[in-house]
Amino acid sequence: MKIELICSGFGGQGALTIGKFLSLAAMKEGKDVSWLPSYGPEMRGGTANVAVVISDKQIASPLVSHPDWLVALNKPSVDKFGPMIKSGGLMIANSDMCPDKLERENVEEIYAPMLSIANEIGSAKVLNMVSLGVIIGKTGIVKFETVEKDLKEILGKKNPALLEANLKAIAKGIEIGGKS
Amino acid sequence: MEIIATRPKSLTKAQFTYCPGCTHGISHRLIAEAMDELGMRNKTMGVCPVGCSVLAYNFFDCDMAEAAHGRAPALATGMKRARPDMHVFTYQGDGDLLAIGTAEIVHAANRGEHFSVFFVNNAIYGMTGGQMAPTTLPGMKTTTSPYGRDEKDIGYPIRACELLATLEAPYYIERVSLLSPQHVIKAKKAVYKALKFNKEERGFTFIEFVSTCPTNWGFEPMKAFEWAKENMLPFFKLGVFKDKSIEEEGK
Amino acid sequence: MADKVLMKGNEAIAEAALRAGCRLYFAYPITPQSELIEYMSKMMPKVGGTFVQSESEIAAINMVYGASGCGKRVMTSSSSPGISLKQEGISYISGASLPAVVVNVVRGGPGLGDIQPAQGDYYQATRGGGHGDYRNIVLAPSTVQEFADMAPLAFDLADKYRIVVLILSDGLIGQMMEPVEFQPAKTEEEIEKLGKQHESWCMHPNEDEPNHHHHIINSLELDPNVLSDLVLNLEKKYIEIEKTEIRFEEYNISPDNEILCVAYGTAARITKSAIEELKKEGKSIGLIRPITLWPFPTEAIKQAFNQNVKKILTLELNLGQMIDDVRLAIEGKVPVDFIGRVGGLVFSPEEVKTKIEEIL
Ligand SMILES: Cc1ncc(C[n+]2csc(CCOP(=O)(O)OP(=O)(O)O)c2C)c(N)n1
Ligand code: SF4
Ligand SMILES: [Mg+2]
Repeated sequence: MKIELICSGFGGQGALTIGKFLSLAAMKEGKDVSWLPSYGPEMRGGTANVAVVISDKQIASPLVSHPDWLVALNKPSVDKFGPMIKSGGLMIANSDMCPDKLERENVEEIYAPMLSIANEIGSAKVLNMVSLGVIIGKTGIVKFETVEKDLKEILGKKNPALLEANLKAIAKGIEIGGKS
Repeated sequence: MEIIATRPKSLTKAQFTYCPGCTHGISHRLIAEAMDELGMRNKTMGVCPVGCSVLAYNFFDCDMAEAAHGRAPALATGMKRARPDMHVFTYQGDGDLLAIGTAEIVHAANRGEHFSVFFVNNAIYGMTGGQMAPTTLPGMKTTTSPYGRDEKDIGYPIRACELLATLEAPYYIERVSLLSPQHVIKAKKAVYKALKFNKEERGFTFIEFVSTCPTNWGFEPMKAFEWAKENMLPFFKLGVFKDKSIEEEGK
Repeated sequence: MADKVLMKGNEAIAEAALRAGCRLYFAYPITPQSELIEYMSKMMPKVGGTFVQSESEIAAINMVYGASGCGKRVMTSSSSPGISLKQEGISYISGASLPAVVVNVVRGGPGLGDIQPAQGDYYQATRGGGHGDYRNIVLAPSTVQEFADMAPLAFDLADKYRIVVLILSDGLIGQMMEPVEFQPAKTEEEIEKLGKQHESWCMHPNEDEPNHHHHIINSLELDPNVLSDLVLNLEKKYIEIEKTEIRFEEYNISPDNEILCVAYGTAARITKSAIEELKKEGKSIGLIRPITLWPFPTEAIKQAFNQNVKKILTLELNLGQMIDDVRLAIEGKVPVDFIGRVGGLVFSPEEVKTKIEEIL
């Protein structure tokens, strides 16, 4: 088993964090993982993306040129990485900010209004966690319980309200992913 | 229709790459306007630093060179000595000028090199993501002073104007701020004066801009102005620290 | 061993250095290395050590020079432009035969270049880098785990040989997160003891040593005969290191190899992916991955090549620097093929695979 994915969005949307929690959970479940961010001088308003590889064997190259899965939080991400998704792959996009469909026959596409969902939950910040939920619901690559445990460890004491919102966002995402 | 504000000729059409609310754009504009007014553009060479303004060669519409971190005053010395018939300026941040480039600025000033230095003091390393600068205020948290700058361990902020004003050679040294429209108008006058003295070959001129870095300070732009007024201005006092034209012109 | 944690390379090497007993660290910010200095600024006070953000890289390496002369485990780090500035100090530290650990998170050059991963500093690292006749031990990690493991190794080697150990990483390994397991942290007593081993030469308080000769930390010797002896002594040390400290990894090496690849660090990881793909097509490609770039695994490459491989290929993120050492290793018997990328660009496994197929 080896999955290569790219998570991408505007700086500040939390695309890198999606990759981080996914990698962390996969690592805890015994997989090898690599998390390779785009980096630059304060990417002023530009896009931020991360390449994540999850594998049950040791990972050689951490580079991802043709992802199995793409998580796109905004339109530039769809434009940039959409055409590169492997045939038979999956795209999970934030329909609030990706108005145009990706016109590819052999790629499964899941659109979720992540910003609206996050706003409903009460914090635009948790938009990225909706997509993390969709990944889990759709693919089962990691268990919800593992992510929940990590989130509790990281946020539990510091920010219980944010933890709550994050967990709600993931649950909502899982629901969407499960149905798709 | 009457045009009352337009892009200075000494700026290219390129869009600034600075964050929203960053003062680098204002200082660029002030320098460019003064260059226009003094008709210097086609006889001027600038030196960019390593810092957020590293791409300033895309913005100033005159000859430009890119220096190594901190070495702009040395590059400028070489340039001015090689082409004395041209005017030279450097544009430098606080890390560039007061940390790695301290020797270069002190010695260029001490030699009374005939160029202008524009010094952007935002109390932080903007470009590299918010590390402590030599001008970071006591107690201020940055990514390399996570517990706040401890002046007992790492010293107090350095005041560039006061330091350079102890030297005999510099011709004109002033600290201005970009924190309010009134301050910007004053800053404009100082920049003009520096470049005029530069054009007249009077000697070394130095303008410090008390500036902001909303991104790395973690404030909204307006809050950043307020914070800087409250915290930076008491430490970095505005004013003229040296002006030899006063004696020369008997004013 | 403790659990695995997910960490950036830059943070992992910092944590591992603290655990290895590094209690003094001096550096200046630069991308893509800044997480290392930021981690040290946060954690060094917690272990009671010293962190100073210096005014420049030149100052930082000279702070290292001073602290090392006092027999303490000390480290600095930077990225390419800053490492160039450190060369003066590295030469002095080598001349004075002092231990020190320097980390270079290499980026694209020359000059200001860019901040993306590159391997353009190979010559500088493996040929000394500054003025005079000297060598650094050069360790090249290819994973975050290996980067972290190199901290204790680097300090041990530095102490053993009183030499500069340079860890040559790059922007990719510095910025990437991977699972890491750390070795247990040294206790304060152990660290104290490590310092004591240097008391025969380092500067230290000596009130209770009646016959103490004061120790001079120095690289100056005006008498050419004496300087010659000093440099020849350095050479003895270098010969010893070349005998005992060569490290490398063999990957898929077998008598069936059609091509032998040589690559280090990030380039080696990508090469491994290409080798796996080619395996599926029934092609046998071997890889030697030097872990010490100096001393260089000359003999290993020679042997792997002499097994009757037809072609040899080096893969580097530069214009071709290590290729010189590979040519020397096979004594110019066949031309060495080369795949390179510059400017902070990185070749993909697919590109490497295609190139290898062309060469086959
Ligand atoms: C020799 C060297 N060391 C370090 C760096 C990394 N670096 C780039 S910009 C910078 C500091 C910038 O801060 P400042 O001069 O205050 O300018 P600002 O970005 O705040 O305008 C540093 C340390 C470099 N490019 N070269
Ligand atoms: S990081 Fe700071 S100094 Fe740099 S452009 Fe942004 S606001 Fe301006
Ligand atoms: Mg600054």
